[in-house]
Amino acid sequence: MTPLIRVEGAALSLPQADVDTDVIYPARFLLITERDGLGRYAFHDWRETPGFPLAPEVTTAPPILVAGPNFGCGSSREQAPWALDGLGIRVVIASSFGEIFYSNCFKNGMLPIRLDEAIVAGLHPRADAGERFAVDLEAQTLTVGGDAPLPFAVAPHQREALLNGWSEIARIEALHAQAIDTFETAQRSAAPWLWQGSPR
Amino acid sequence: MTGQTLYDKLWQAHVVREDDSGQTLLYIDRHLLHEVSTPQSFAMLRREGRTVRRTQTQLAVADHSVPTRGREAIADPQAAAQIALLERNCAEFGIEYLPLLGEAQGIVHVIGPEQGFTLPGVTLVCGDSHSSTHGAFGALAFGIGASECGIVMATQTLWQTRAKTMRVTFEGALRPGVSAKDMALALIGRIGASGAIGHAIEYAGEAVTALSMEGRMTLCNMAIEAGSRTGLVAPDDVTFAYLQGRPRAPEGAMWDAALAYWQTLPSDPDARFDREIRIRAEEIAPQVTFGTSPDQVIAIDATIPAGDARLDRALGYMGLAAGAGIAGLAIDHAFIGSCTNGRIEDLRSAAAVVKGRHVAQGVRALVVPGSGPVKRQAEAEGLDRIFVDAGFEWREPGCSLCVAMNNDRLPEGSRCASTSNRNFEGRQGAGARTHLMSPAMVAAAAVAGRIVDVREMGR
Repeated sequence: MTPLIRVEGAALSLPQADVDTDVIYPARFLLITERDGLGRYAFHDWRETPGFPLAPEVTTAPPILVAGPNFGCGSSREQAPWALDGLGIRVVIASSFGEIFYSNCFKNGMLPIRLDEAIVAGLHPRADAGERFAVDLEAQTLTVGGDAPLPFAVAPHQREALLNGWSEIARIEALHAQAIDTFETAQRSAAPWLWQGSPR
Repeated sequence: MTGQTLYDKLWQAHVVREDDSGQTLLYIDRHLLHEVSTPQSFAMLRREGRTVRRTQTQLAVADHSVPTRGREAIADPQAAAQIALLERNCAEFGIEYLPLLGEAQGIVHVIGPEQGFTLPGVTLVCGDSHSSTHGAFGALAFGIGASECGIVMATQTLWQTRAKTMRVTFEGALRPGVSAKDMALALIGRIGASGAIGHAIEYAGEAVTALSMEGRMTLCNMAIEAGSRTGLVAPDDVTFAYLQGRPRAPEGAMWDAALAYWQTLPSDPDARFDREIRIRAEEIAPQVTFGTSPDQVIAIDATIPAGDARLDRALGYMGLAAGAGIAGLAIDHAFIGSCTNGRIEDLRSAAAVVKGRHVAQGVRALVVPGSGPVKRQAEAEGLDRIFVDAGFEWREPGCSLCVAMNNDRLPEGSRCASTSNRNFEGRQGAGARTHLMSPAMVAAAAVAGRIVDVREMGR
């Protein structure tokens, strides 16, 4: 996974509330079994809408997306973050997220940032004005234009994984293999019906 | 010490490790796989040189992209390839796959419970947001992404943040013509599509305990439409009666041991929830969505409200205007099925409305049973005849018109009365318009050719 440490650039504003993962990545493209190259399907059915910031033929976007509340609600499809990633978006800022979308971002080297609704509302016009956004994950700050840096929260293990580009499987295996074995031994005796026919 | 909630108990029983920031490495007992969310998970296992840690805890089936007729030779090459890939991946990694043409095939959230793969007290995940369905059994079940599917296969664990708890109590009894679907929609209408973010919902109260397992699954299925990944109902005798004798449920002494544990799971009487919501069941009327988010919902006898820009956009898409009634709106399609309402009880309630009547002229109506066993049960009860005689199409099991990534898709601008779970833009086909409602209400709409109050359908 590509590490995410600092992301700087323009930001794309998409202020609508409850933008669901069917809008981000329409279901009919789920027949594609690849992970890469999905950027052109992102927001596919909204691109013809007058005023929508991405034209149909566009395949790259600014690295930061400022979105409305409950962004990425609905389906668990990881194609939603994959498609945004395909456009080059690395950071999504919103006041709240669909929870599965939120965790899917971290698995793909992308950072979702939750900020207060009033703060996010103030970011949309500045994104539209083409101001420069800078996200520093080490410092956990967002800086817009010449403003003072704004702090944001992120779970420590997710932050670390992003900073280092770690594979989660390898991390769990390296750090917690013993704890998993111990758990399994205990469960095998406490709840044997879950282990019937299980050699392990 | 205050008592524990059902969620607390399920969580506590699966903690492998906790870190300083309150994140938990949670043990996962069960993983359901389908063809759409796992190709990249298997690719990840290959890339990282991993195997599946406990193959016995995994069960796979194809449902999203499967055609609901003509499945012996799948016409869409992309769908055929996706389904074949799941079959190949399962064979390579040693995971049991329920074949497309086999008797057990069906929608992943219908077959899990049906096979006794879903049990009270387990943690269960699937690369599908409607995994909350399995919470109806008192299982901690939630949807995950494709990467997480790979992590679960390799490690049998996931890093998770503990949710807050929300109890939704439905007091009293439902009125005739009102079902679990109406309870789910009424709740979402009340708290909004993001109302339960960060919370695990436990459904309680007389109207919930009075529901069959099918009804409880419908209720838990739509927890995600209120923003919650997890819906729960405490396991009770209804749960145990449903499970006993299922193909993968424990038997004999193992059943007794499991049952003794399951009976300890319900929330303690003095357990505290972070949020409490109370709804009077008898005040719930049949619900119909009018917009493009499940929280844009009203009672059948209500008028479409005026609102903000979000609502205006939704009404524009739906071709509707604020101030108009929802009753009387003409439909082009009717769909009965999905992981929300594709079970035997749903088909019975729709058939009861349809019996002796005919689908209105100009309406195309589909019944898609949730699984092979549901289909055969319905046929044994003669429900298929009732539907076919009334002019419905009787199909093979799959997600069908709930996701429109298979052969079943609606044309742009067409209007559908649907028992599915999402009325998102394009959900049933690009530009298609979806009105969510109960199976009985969809049946009534199919017959009338317009959205009507099923309670006013005289016999």
